[in-house]
Amino acid sequence: MRVTKAAGTEVTVPHLAESLVSATIGKWMKKPGDYVEQYEVLCELITEKVNAEMPSPVEGVLKEILAEEGETVEVGGVICIIEEPGSATEATGQAVQHEASSAYRRGFEAADGDSSMRHRYSPAVQHLANEYRLDLTQIAGTGMGGRITRKDVREFIEGRQQRRPPAVDPQQADHQASPGREPADRQSPVRREEPQRRKEPLTTEKVPVRSTGLHLSETPRMPLIEVEPMQDTGRGEYFIDVTPIRNTIATRMRQSVTEIPHAWMMIEVDVTNLVLLRNKLKDEFRKQEGINLTYLAFMLKAVVNAIKDYPILNSVWAVDKIIVKKDINISLAVGTEDSVITPVIKKADRMNIAGLAREVDELSRRARTGKLKLDEVLGGTITVNNTGSFGSILSYPIINYPQAANLSFESIVKRPVVINDMIAVRSMVNICLSLDHRILDGLICGRFLQRLKENLEAFGPDTQLY
Amino acid sequence: MAVIKYIEAIVSAMREEMRRDDNVFVLGEDVGVRGGVLNTTKGLYQEFGEMRVMDTPLAESGIVGVAVGAAMYGLRPIAEMQFADFVFPATNQIISEAARVRYRSNNDWQCPLVVRLPYGATGGGALYHSQCPESVFVGTPGLKIVAPSTPYDAKGLLKAAIRDNDPVLYFEHKKCYLSQTGEVPDGDYIVPIGKADVKREGTDITVITYGLTVHYALQAAEELHKEEGISAHILDLRTLQPLDKGAILESAARTGKILIVHEDNKTGGVGGEVAAIIAEELLFELDAPIMRLCPPDVPAVGMNPPMEKFFLLNKDKIKDEMRKLALY
Repeated sequence: MRVTKAAGTEVTVPHLAESLVSATIGKWMKKPGDYVEQYEVLCELITEKVNAEMPSPVEGVLKEILAEEGETVEVGGVICIIEEPGSATEATGQAVQHEASSAYRRGFEAADGDSSMRHRYSPAVQHLANEYRLDLTQIAGTGMGGRITRKDVREFIEGRQQRRPPAVDPQQADHQASPGREPADRQSPVRREEPQRRKEPLTTEKVPVRSTGLHLSETPRMPLIEVEPMQDTGRGEYFIDVTPIRNTIATRMRQSVTEIPHAWMMIEVDVTNLVLLRNKLKDEFRKQEGINLTYLAFMLKAVVNAIKDYPILNSVWAVDKIIVKKDINISLAVGTEDSVITPVIKKADRMNIAGLAREVDELSRRARTGKLKLDEVLGGTITVNNTGSFGSILSYPIINYPQAANLSFESIVKRPVVINDMIAVRSMVNICLSLDHRILDGLICGRFLQRLKENLEAFGPDTQLY
Repeated sequence: MAVIKYIEAIVSAMREEMRRDDNVFVLGEDVGVRGGVLNTTKGLYQEFGEMRVMDTPLAESGIVGVAVGAAMYGLRPIAEMQFADFVFPATNQIISEAARVRYRSNNDWQCPLVVRLPYGATGGGALYHSQCPESVFVGTPGLKIVAPSTPYDAKGLLKAAIRDNDPVLYFEHKKCYLSQTGEVPDGDYIVPIGKADVKREGTDITVITYGLTVHYALQAAEELHKEEGISAHILDLRTLQPLDKGAILESAARTGKILIVHEDNKTGGVGGEVAAIIAEELLFELDAPIMRLCPPDVPAVGMNPPMEKFFLLNKDKIKDEMRKLALY
């Protein structure tokens, strides 16, 4: 806009309101050549806050419009020029005297010959000179008063700067060079002892950051546990790094036990008929399906049916409400050598025993080989532990947060049991239940376990797998 | 990517966060129906209603006091100081309460509060509409202080501030509101608190600054590069507490010649802290005295134009200082 600077008074965009930085020209009420009185409206100004009319600050002839309609002009920008009556039309044309200070970097000799700073070295320059064993008298200074800048030294090291004719005796300059070197090398003020350092571009050199002293701007330090492998403590101990999965397990478990008030119950179930049933079917099933018919499948079926009667077991605590889930998605705890993972049998309520057996086989196999997909471990609504698989007869599982309950099935063991005042050998199993006592109480869980027991004891020769 | 103004970035950050989280609410003088005296809450009342966009009485201590209480109760208030100049009645709530909640409760309580502070001079605002009060708070551990300069940073930092579980003072420069436009991603993003940003790479001098003066420095750097071949490296602090020490040292070490620029007064300003960090850790990289360019130590911007011009920084003042440092 300020391209031409004609004679006259410049009319600028006023500062119309706080935070406004520009205004858009609306309609021009005057055109070049018009005579305007002071305070007469020149044009409209449109801003985001206010729309205003632009009054003429002076009386005179509108000489030139510099901002067209629709153009946005910054506050202080010139929109038109008004020539006041009587003012001489002398071309002001004050060329902006541009001080071409391209003396910058032209070198100290080209400057004003001032060399008062020639021998004052900044810490950076001294540091570099010492590090590379440089003779600073050989380096030209481009800074103020002939000062050698850090940049001068770096360019010198990179061999970009022309060497200054030696001001001192060269022998004195490289007095620190080792005696056995060949003359050519001795002449060079740069010692070639640090080839590695010199290979990398100096500008991207890693900044030495000192770390002593706790500064105000620092965030408080976190203890960083760094374990060195195979370090002998002299007590026969050794350390294992906490793996990410171990860490996740630890976090989840801690969250579960701190947030969920756990309670625990156990019931014992006579599964003699189930054992007979499975023994009868397992070989045939193996032939047909190619997988084992485990007790777990029957137990899952019994759990699903019990949950259908007591749906509150399939719920989540949500602080001001309890969410009872519709689908029964059973998380199955599968142990591997160093961790435990809980793949989910989705919509277990829609499966028959054979389907559950297939699902258990598939998921546990994939869990052990680490091939589970993310969605296969999400969305569980209740967890079932098959602790019996490793011979346990009693366990107190931690609830799989945020679920309401965690069931564990223990080993099936033959025990003497009193039936009708007679002692019989029966296959017995313990079923343990950890419950979120915020949601569930003893009575409802007792009923649930009772139903589970009934379901399990109801398996018999007539039970259909499909 | 949309090109939006700094002020639009602020409004949209609040709107998106309020849609995302029902606990977020806005309170302040005239923030409701009026949409904020500077239009920074425009449309929020219409969308979220009076329960989440609350007009308050003219009492900053009350605004921040209420916000501290709500934050400790689990809500996420955004308290607006109509102008940063008016924050002083609320300093007790900010420094003595908000900043200490976490520390004094041994981590049991937190105070996820944002105080928005439109600061800086736009011209013609004089004393009560132009001040930069950030240095009052910078020395208070427990507060986080951010001061974005571009629409991208403004939106990302405001979102980060709202999601942060500690009190954040959000300094928005009023002159940036309409003067700064820039590309902002369409999706959700945050700019992490505590990270400075290199706004321009250079090899001769380093300029460390924040807020509006970032743009003056960038313009000056552009001109100096074209006209005189001086290459300036410009670091935008973005976060004033905690300072990004690593980035400061890295940028300072690039050139060994450091100029610190801010609109707040020189004595006791953030620049002093930055200079101290560099002096403490980088002596052997320094090639010139660390320089500061800030307004003089007079109480506030003068009303009359010559005084205002004398007080405020601009591109030319910064350019002169940058040249001086480059020539050193």
